[in-house]
Amino acid sequence: MRSFSQFGNDLYSGKRQIELVSRQKTWYSISLILLVLAAAGLFGRGLNIGLEFKGGSEYQVASVSNFNNFEARAKAAIGTVNPGSNVVVTRIGTDTVRVQTENFQSTTVTDKVKSALASQFNIGLNSVSADTIGPSWGASVSQQAITALIWFLILVSLLLAAYFRTWKMSMAALIALAHDLVITVGIYALAGFEVTSATVIGFLTILGYSLYDTVVVFDKVRENTQDAIGNGRQTFSQAANQAVNQTLVRSINTSVVALLPVASILGIGYFLLGPGTLLDLSLALFVGIAVGTYSSIFIATPVLADLREREPAMKELKKRALRYQAAQTRNASAVASEGDQPGQAGTAEAGNRDVVHASSGGVTSATGRPLHPYVQTGPRNQPKRPPKSKR
Amino acid sequence: MAINPYNRGPLRTLSVLVLLIIGLYGLLGAVSTWGTASRAPKLGLDLSGGTELILTPKLVGKQVINQGQVTKAVDIIRARVNGSGITEAEVSTQGVGDIVVSLPGTPDAATVASLQKSSQLRMRAVLVTGSAAPTPVPTSTGTPTSTPTAPATSTPKATGTATTAPKSGFPPALSAAAKAPTATATPAPTATSPSASPKPAAKPTNASDPAWVTPQLEAEFVALNCANPKSVEAIVDDPAKPMVTCSSDGTEKFILGPAEVQGAEIASASSDVQQSTGGSTGVNEVVLNFNSAGTASFCNVTSRLVSLPSPRNQFGIVLDNQVISAPVAEASLCAGTASITGNFTAASAKALADQLQFGALPMSFALQTANQISPTLGGDQLSRGLLAGGIGLLLVVAYSLFQYRALGFVTISSLLIAALITYGLVTLFSWSQGFRLTMAGVTGLIVSIGIVADSFILYFERVRDEVRDGRALRAAVETGWGRARRTILISDGVNFLAAAVLYALAASSVRGFAFTLMLTTIVDIVVVMLFTHPLLSILANTKFFGQGHKWSGLDPERLGAKNVTYAGRGRVTIAARRAAAEGNQS
Repeated sequence: MRSFSQFGNDLYSGKRQIELVSRQKTWYSISLILLVLAAAGLFGRGLNIGLEFKGGSEYQVASVSNFNNFEARAKAAIGTVNPGSNVVVTRIGTDTVRVQTENFQSTTVTDKVKSALASQFNIGLNSVSADTIGPSWGASVSQQAITALIWFLILVSLLLAAYFRTWKMSMAALIALAHDLVITVGIYALAGFEVTSATVIGFLTILGYSLYDTVVVFDKVRENTQDAIGNGRQTFSQAANQAVNQTLVRSINTSVVALLPVASILGIGYFLLGPGTLLDLSLALFVGIAVGTYSSIFIATPVLADLREREPAMKELKKRALRYQAAQTRNASAVASEGDQPGQAGTAEAGNRDVVHASSGGVTSATGRPLHPYVQTGPRNQPKRPPKSKR
Repeated sequence: MAINPYNRGPLRTLSVLVLLIIGLYGLLGAVSTWGTASRAPKLGLDLSGGTELILTPKLVGKQVINQGQVTKAVDIIRARVNGSGITEAEVSTQGVGDIVVSLPGTPDAATVASLQKSSQLRMRAVLVTGSAAPTPVPTSTGTPTSTPTAPATSTPKATGTATTAPKSGFPPALSAAAKAPTATATPAPTATSPSASPKPAAKPTNASDPAWVTPQLEAEFVALNCANPKSVEAIVDDPAKPMVTCSSDGTEKFILGPAEVQGAEIASASSDVQQSTGGSTGVNEVVLNFNSAGTASFCNVTSRLVSLPSPRNQFGIVLDNQVISAPVAEASLCAGTASITGNFTAASAKALADQLQFGALPMSFALQTANQISPTLGGDQLSRGLLAGGIGLLLVVAYSLFQYRALGFVTISSLLIAALITYGLVTLFSWSQGFRLTMAGVTGLIVSIGIVADSFILYFERVRDEVRDGRALRAAVETGWGRARRTILISDGVNFLAAAVLYALAASSVRGFAFTLMLTTIVDIVVVMLFTHPLLSILANTKFFGQGHKWSGLDPERLGAKNVTYAGRGRVTIAARRAAAEGNQS
């Protein structure tokens, strides 16, 4: 706790800076590998498409007490009604058996199967539920999902462009979004999780969540870069990097808090409920939120910085900032070499907003001995300024 | 005790929230005590058990359906469901044209089939009428007595004032609409006179020919009991054959000739108060307009009927196998418009016009999914869903206490307020909008715990940032709020947008999820604005928080800022300097 909050303080003040933006190549290549893996999973293995997309019937037999040989018994029950059909039997949770078959469609057959299963497992008809899905259902769900996706992308990019007053933020956010979506779908393909209509909806919800996280970081980026553009002391990348660092603790906290309830649904769903809306949704959300947090920190901001750094105004800013920083370093070393209360300029510049991380190391005297904090400030707590000629 | 002046604003905001909550629950209490609402949200089928059917219109070729047809289809299907004796059924639309029917329990195959069939509106000539009960001999009309009808010469009145209906509007008068030209009656059917007892072999020459009434049909007619829904359901409507049926109110029964005008041939129907030269007559009428095919066949029919004796001058309008109206033809109507009068009220005229307008759904429905959930499974799901929610809430509470110390209690109380408002709203919506809480909805609620808590974290972290910059807590809360509010609004906006798009386009099974997400996003904004922020403002004035107690979560020292000093050039860099100094020490 102590160390975590200390970590947060240091990140905020700039004492500790994690180079996130300038190491973008590393993150890009990690993501590239992940994307390639996801694509390989998607096209190689393919998604494990659920019943809803293929059409068929699913029966869930609840409160089963005797699990001996349940697969054969379920198959036998189905066989009495519709011999020779393709049957998949799985056990879910503690007391439920799931039976999936080819499409029966007619409700009379469904009723017969239900009673056959009920008598086979020696339970009431009330405990058997049936779900029959036509093959066109999945297609229409996917159709709706794609329409929803397109609408969402259009609306959200307009909203973000209007809010941040630059289409580049919107674009960087959307790149991060696409990244999240592909990786999440890839994880589904690789792990072989079943894709149902609830999963598709989960994917769509991730869109909102991934953006939520990115928007929080970008809001700070905007604030910091506005300062930087105003005073010309930091390049865009430096300001953006600082913003990510300052929001890092917040990002971690929000993601953990968002993940906790989803994780509890996931646990309950996995151990007690078995496949269903709850598990499908929460699994998609869990994977998506985790990937979304990663992308808002490691992808969205570096992409934004890359996009913005190409602007002439930002190149200009970079020159100004580097000049300023060089001057600051010179000043600091000049002051230090004169033995005149060194470190003043350095530490002031290590101050929260205007960080020159390179030069802000230890404050030492000319002889290299560490200075007591009291000595670093001037008399009567007045800040000590370098002589006029050095400013 | 005097109120701290700093607290007046926040207290006012808090009292607004209290009023809102009291208002919400007052309304809920009122509608549940004196109205039909219940005090708990209604559960969806997957939690309470039941069957959900999704029906998709079967379209032929390039046929398209419009919203009006879908809405009407929902009404018709709802009427069919209620007619089959199922209560508490829900019928709603989804996406472009899908219709979702939710039924408690398990419907039999016949019910499902009856929901899928297309809805047909047809007009048929009346051959025989009778009272509803299966009386042994309906009337003398049982055996067609009519001698071949004399060629009609009567010219009907064009103004078509209403003939007073004998009973309850039956038969209303069918007359030319306001400006219909005076029609010269065409000669009546030159029927080869049917013998007194028509042989089945006798070929009927037109749709009004009593020769249609075979002994078999007559037997069916006698046996038909309109009070028995089973026998009404069994009626077959084959456009090429005569049929035996009941009126939709179950008071009369009919033998009708083959269909002559199809519902699709009605271009429009509206209800109105009849106008004459002297102004409004005060009589409600239903005005029909036909398309060209309809005009021709309607002209044909009315011309023939106008001269026939009662009841064969009546005209049955059949919707879904039942006669919704059987007006008398008063004139031969060839202008493409007609008006039906009788003793309609404004409402019943409107209802009939609606039925005529949309009554014909030229489509049947394909069953897309049929999802049956046993009540045991549903109950299990709910209790485990709630368990998951409880665990999720506990984890969030524990984490925020760990991270934010006493501030964590602000999170907890905010979450409780949010839960209170959400529960009230969900219950209210389930009463007013027919919203049902499904498993997906419960999932949405649980997921939203995290999202709601997120906005508190955004806020707290902002305040902490300001404290780190060396601001006093009261100032830190205000500036932090100013910045956090913007971020909270935009990020909630993005979430809301995602949920709204999902809601508008998603399948019904997850609509509940999108709905609860939307709802909680709004609740989140309300709670942050009206509860969390004013509460924190008040707490900032307490000694515990304001002076940064070690356990308050806002301890400046722990946050790396303690001695506030001015660094010159308008900047306050204390936190950084202190941190740097500490770094040197180590």
